[in-house]
Amino acid sequence: MLWNLPFITVVVLTFIGIVTVLMKRNLIKILLGINILESAVNLFLVSLGYREGGVAPIFTLAPSELMVLPTPQALTLTSIVIGVATSALVLSFAMVLKKKYGTVDINEIRRLKE
Amino acid sequence: MDLITPLLTGYGIWAPVAWLVAFVAAVIIVYLLWKTGESSYKKGTELERPYLSGNVEPEKGAVHIRASNLYWGFLQALKGYYDVLVPVHTGVLTDYMIWFVAVTAAILVFVGVLS
Amino acid sequence: MTFADFIVTNAPALVVAIPLFAAFTIPAIGKISAAARNLWVMGAMLLTAAVAFILAFRVFSTGTVIYVFGAAATHLAVPLDSGGIPIRIIFTVDAMSAFMDIICAIVGTAVLLYSLSSESKNTSLEGYYALFLLMIAGVFGMVSTGDFFNFFVFLEILSLASAGLIAYRIDGGLAVEAALKYFILSTLGAIFVLFAIGIYYGQYDALNIAMIAQRMQFTMLDKIALVLLVAALAMKCGAVPLHFWTPDAYSMAPSSVTAFLVVASQASLYGLFRVVFTMYNITMNCVTVGWIIIMFGVLSMVVGVTMAIPQKDIKRLMAYHAVSQTGYMLLGVGVGLAVLGNAALTSAFGFTAMEGGIFHIFNHAMYKGLLFLTAGAIIYRIGTRDLNKMGGLGHSMKYTMIFFIIGALAIAGIPPFNGFASKLMIYESVYLFNPLLAIIAMVVSILTLASFVKVFHSVFMGPKLPEYADVKEAPLPMLIGMGILAAIVILFGLFPQPVVDMLVAPAAHALADQGGYIASVLGGA
Repeated sequence: MLWNLPFITVVVLTFIGIVTVLMKRNLIKILLGINILESAVNLFLVSLGYREGGVAPIFTLAPSELMVLPTPQALTLTSIVIGVATSALVLSFAMVLKKKYGTVDINEIRRLKE
Repeated sequence: MDLITPLLTGYGIWAPVAWLVAFVAAVIIVYLLWKTGESSYKKGTELERPYLSGNVEPEKGAVHIRASNLYWGFLQALKGYYDVLVPVHTGVLTDYMIWFVAVTAAILVFVGVLS
Repeated sequence: MTFADFIVTNAPALVVAIPLFAAFTIPAIGKISAAARNLWVMGAMLLTAAVAFILAFRVFSTGTVIYVFGAAATHLAVPLDSGGIPIRIIFTVDAMSAFMDIICAIVGTAVLLYSLSSESKNTSLEGYYALFLLMIAGVFGMVSTGDFFNFFVFLEILSLASAGLIAYRIDGGLAVEAALKYFILSTLGAIFVLFAIGIYYGQYDALNIAMIAQRMQFTMLDKIALVLLVAALAMKCGAVPLHFWTPDAYSMAPSSVTAFLVVASQASLYGLFRVVFTMYNITMNCVTVGWIIIMFGVLSMVVGVTMAIPQKDIKRLMAYHAVSQTGYMLLGVGVGLAVLGNAALTSAFGFTAMEGGIFHIFNHAMYKGLLFLTAGAIIYRIGTRDLNKMGGLGHSMKYTMIFFIIGALAIAGIPPFNGFASKLMIYESVYLFNPLLAIIAMVVSILTLASFVKVFHSVFMGPKLPEYADVKEAPLPMLIGMGILAAIVILFGLFPQPVVDMLVAPAAHALADQGGYIASVLGGA
């Protein structure tokens, strides 16, 4: 049961993230919900590579031959960088919207409808 | 020349070059008919202005029918359908995301149960 | 090796590398002068288009092209000591990828030529062109790659660059609102795609599409991954009921960006077909997933066109039509998917339906791009997007009117333009599958014609209005850009069978042939 704990955390984080994104009204909180979802996916990717009793995947002076998989770590790094770019772009959109519309309430930002 | 082979649609054929030849033939016939019409008129006189049974012509902006007034009959006939469909496009981002997650859940039920 | 050999061998990499390099050096070149920057951008795009055509020619004549990044030679996909696993990032360019490459090259060239004059009066154009070239690189990467995580990375490059471009002319906050909605929905979709990638990696220890396809057993987790991918990619291409971002984003972006956003949506459609046909093929229940795609298609067609008729903004109306036409592509290929398990039906009408859908992708990119460029020319000269304020422009903008007529007749499926050719293939094959779907498709076609007659009347017909007395024709670069697309619309309409034989049929067969795709990457293993 203990070795399923990362995956249970992923499910809980995903659920929290989706509820935040769907239910919150402030644009910054929606962005934080997206960040929570990104963290959930990153945790999912990293925990896929874990092997019981494995060490860091570095060949030089390695204490043992059993290593965790390095590929998901590369995927997670890429995903973290994409998450940073996403947050930066949405925050700059929020800044411009606050200046032009005067609000970051998502129910008020609806001049384009139907 | 296999450039002008007709399109095979599995059920029949469609030969656009034949259509074009027929169209050009029709245009030629129409042109010949048009040429037999009256070709002399004086530009810039009464002959050129629109005639509205002697009424005063309204200004140009009022004569042109605008886009919102076209298809009024169609929109009235389907008023029940549009009264349901147009308010769904609320413009609120969270509503759009609820649609996204709900459709994903619906497809999950479909694919999970039916296959 | 000679220069020509270098280009031919490295074409899959160059097609992504040249726009990337050009995008990142634009700020430096822009310091010299505006003319130098325009020349640099146009030169990079023409070079990329040439390399894309060389690549497509190579693929259509000799078969699938593999390009391995970082190996001793570009075709060594499986290293000798890896135990049969392709460990590097591989670009797998088969006939369907080459087809999408051609579309992107043609539309990219026409649109960049158009934007040289449509944006010439605006400032801060270094960022605009850099983002545009990044968007082009993103689309080329998405359609050429054979590695699923690489597909995700290029998908995100495309989303970020497009969101930046949609919001570029802030427009009092409206463009930023549209870009915000597009981007947050895209991010949610991308997170779903990343979950699916994680599921595939955890089960099969593979990220290469051919490897996943070879090892695919349709477990419960694979069903979840399939659903996540179908939903996310259908949202990215604008299928109803996930289409809500499409009218906002398409109407608020600058017109040249909108014409290219159409190609970006179709790259996501390509991704959907790659997942469903190449990764899963007959291991899943083709009928269920096929009917889900058909339902997306039918809903998109009907809701798209009925929402388009009451619109008052010209670009919003055209955006709803883009949603509707995407429905045609989903319908055609969905029918092909639904009969994939049944060899007799597939050869009877399944392949024709798929060819119709894929041909429609090409035609749609051409005539929709043309229509958005004409709308942009009108907005450039008039200054407003509201249909209620326009009128009588046929007197002064004659060439724009002719291009608009060509585009409107093509989208409505009137002979002899290319829209009719692909729609005829879709109607006849879908009728053999289920007559009701074909009838719905034909009624939607009539409604499409109706709404474009509305646009034509309210923009071009009528007396010459006094407020538009000194409106001139659109500038020459815009007309040339529109002319390229219009020429292709007419040409492909008059000679559809050579196009179907040389481009569309190989693409359809390559898409349905999972074994051939796997064999070309893993070497017949």
